[in-house]
Amino acid sequence: MTRRAYDDGRTAAYNYAYLDEQTKRMIRRALLKAVAVPGYQVPFGSREMPLARGWGTGGIQITAAIIGPADTLKVIDQGADDTTNAVSIRRFFERTAAARTTEATAAATIIQTRHRIPEQPLAAGQILVYQVPLPEPLRRLEPREAETRKMHAWAEYGLMHVRLYENIARFGEVTTTYDYPVAVNGRYVMAPSPIPKFDNPKMDMCPALQLFGAGREKRIYAVPPHTRVVSLDFEDHPFRIQSWTEPCGLCGATDTYLDEVVTDDRGGRMFVCSDSHHCETRRAEGHHGPMLAAAASIHLVEKEDAA
Amino acid sequence: MYVAVKGGEAAILATHELLAETRRGDPAVPEIAPAQIREQMGLAVARVMNEGSLYDPDLAALALKQAQGDTIEAAFLLRAYRTTLPRFGASLPLDTGAMAIRRRISAAYKDLPGGQVLGPTYDYTHRLFDFALEEGGETPALTPAPAPLAETMPRVPDILGQEGLMEAEAPPEGDPAPFDLTRASVSFPAGRDVRLQAMARGDEGFMLGLGYSTQRGYGNAHPFAGEIRLGEVAVSFVPEELGFAVDLGDLTLSECQMINQFAGSKDIPPQFTRGYGLAFGHAERKVMSMALVDRALKARDLGEAADYPAQQEEFVLYHADNVEAAGFVEHLKLPHYVDFQGELELIRRIRAEREARLAKGQDHLPEAAE
Repeated sequence: MTRRAYDDGRTAAYNYAYLDEQTKRMIRRALLKAVAVPGYQVPFGSREMPLARGWGTGGIQITAAIIGPADTLKVIDQGADDTTNAVSIRRFFERTAAARTTEATAAATIIQTRHRIPEQPLAAGQILVYQVPLPEPLRRLEPREAETRKMHAWAEYGLMHVRLYENIARFGEVTTTYDYPVAVNGRYVMAPSPIPKFDNPKMDMCPALQLFGAGREKRIYAVPPHTRVVSLDFEDHPFRIQSWTEPCGLCGATDTYLDEVVTDDRGGRMFVCSDSHHCETRRAEGHHGPMLAAAASIHLVEKEDAA
Repeated sequence: MYVAVKGGEAAILATHELLAETRRGDPAVPEIAPAQIREQMGLAVARVMNEGSLYDPDLAALALKQAQGDTIEAAFLLRAYRTTLPRFGASLPLDTGAMAIRRRISAAYKDLPGGQVLGPTYDYTHRLFDFALEEGGETPALTPAPAPLAETMPRVPDILGQEGLMEAEAPPEGDPAPFDLTRASVSFPAGRDVRLQAMARGDEGFMLGLGYSTQRGYGNAHPFAGEIRLGEVAVSFVPEELGFAVDLGDLTLSECQMINQFAGSKDIPPQFTRGYGLAFGHAERKVMSMALVDRALKARDLGEAADYPAQQEEFVLYHADNVEAAGFVEHLKLPHYVDFQGELELIRRIRAEREARLAKGQDHLPEAAE
């Protein structure tokens, strides 16, 4: 018996941006509630998506619910546009929503991200959509959802401060380097998703709208533009971000988040910007890092003779 | 000028082609057809339909072919298709009491109305290879039984219920429409409708392990397999414009009702309690495991201690979903180098500070409050 084709490349069988309009409405209602109560995790009827749970289904559902033909979409993973899952998600929206896509941060109206906030400051009118694996900042302290919801309702965050204090007592500092908890608008403690704590200050008073989607855990939350986002700390142990002793090997930047690239099996390594578009933009502007020529020899970059 | 090397997109397209070739295997061996999987791998098809939450043997067979026999990947394919289907209504409740029986056994009674019907089962096979299957060939024709089975057979818990010995299954106040966990987010404490749905689509291996744990002391199970039945049940639907029920077709279902002890409480006399399992197709192990865990999850409702994993609904419901679990476990394959860099920076710095401290003769950190 010949059956209906499922994966034959004809996306016309699916609605614009994959989700049906009823589902998009449901997600938009959850988004409105999330924006109205900054940092509060709104349960939503997360759909089963054709991409795997844990691979961005929360962010994909939000993007699908808000994207329109006038939008320009940028998708990054680890700060880069060309990591495989970012490519896969961008292809998904090109296929299902004929989305106009870009790698330029400033040109995007929607930026879906995993694990980074772009280095270039975001502007009013832009929307940053985060993919969130574990939306509950208290989960490692209390595994039961019924309990953590009560703790949020009562703003009972003492346990979190005790954990940070214990870190300092044991290691001399808070040892959380990513997904570092923040307080939003002076009320809810929120998981910023596994962005490095380096990016936390970018969330504070950001002019762009920040939306967070956790597909598997079925939660949506938001930080509206110009909202206070404070990383938890103590007066005598203030929050601080990562820093590096050397600049980006490719573009020479000293104020960006760097990834470490192992260049050989004799301990050789170099540091490069994790935000690939930012790094390329700087190089196009004529900035050169100390390792740029060496990077060509390990095929990290290519030399373009025409330019 | 230098530009970054980008190979992500080309690599993804290439891996799809490589996957297709790997799936096909040796081209000298004839290709398998979904119909062959549907007819000859029926138990795998049933498992995919259950964990994919869609009764469609043809699509489940196609999913198994496309997934190279990986049942979780096949269930994922089925679910990602199911989620796009419009909901045009809900059927009338299925009546498993009216099941056309293929197999029906009770471990609680030696004999009962309708009798014990073994049906097709591996229970009494010796697990020795049947090398004749390597060659293939005709299966010998069956001899029909001298008398047909009873049209319908009473369900064992119903027999106990007539005496008031079995916990009654009363619909909740107002008989609300059941929750649909594929359309709404679950909250806790979860209703029994949610628990049964989650277990029906839950991973068979996970449910088996949890059910087993209740038998081994991680839970207080004293179960009897009251009845296990397999057969076809009609699905009826009332279209609004007609106003009367029409049959949409038959489902093959497995049902298990476990009978468990309950000591009673101040308000309720001692009686038997039910553990219930229902699944598509022939899925006996699944429904038995589900029935054990269903009873374990009633601990809270019955005022029993809930000390063990199988009795804790958040633990069971969140972790039984193998498509979600597989997605999240396997997402560790995605790049995490931004976060890992943060950890590297931290551990290098903490070690350097420690060495500096030791060099100065200090062997402990200053007090945190200093």
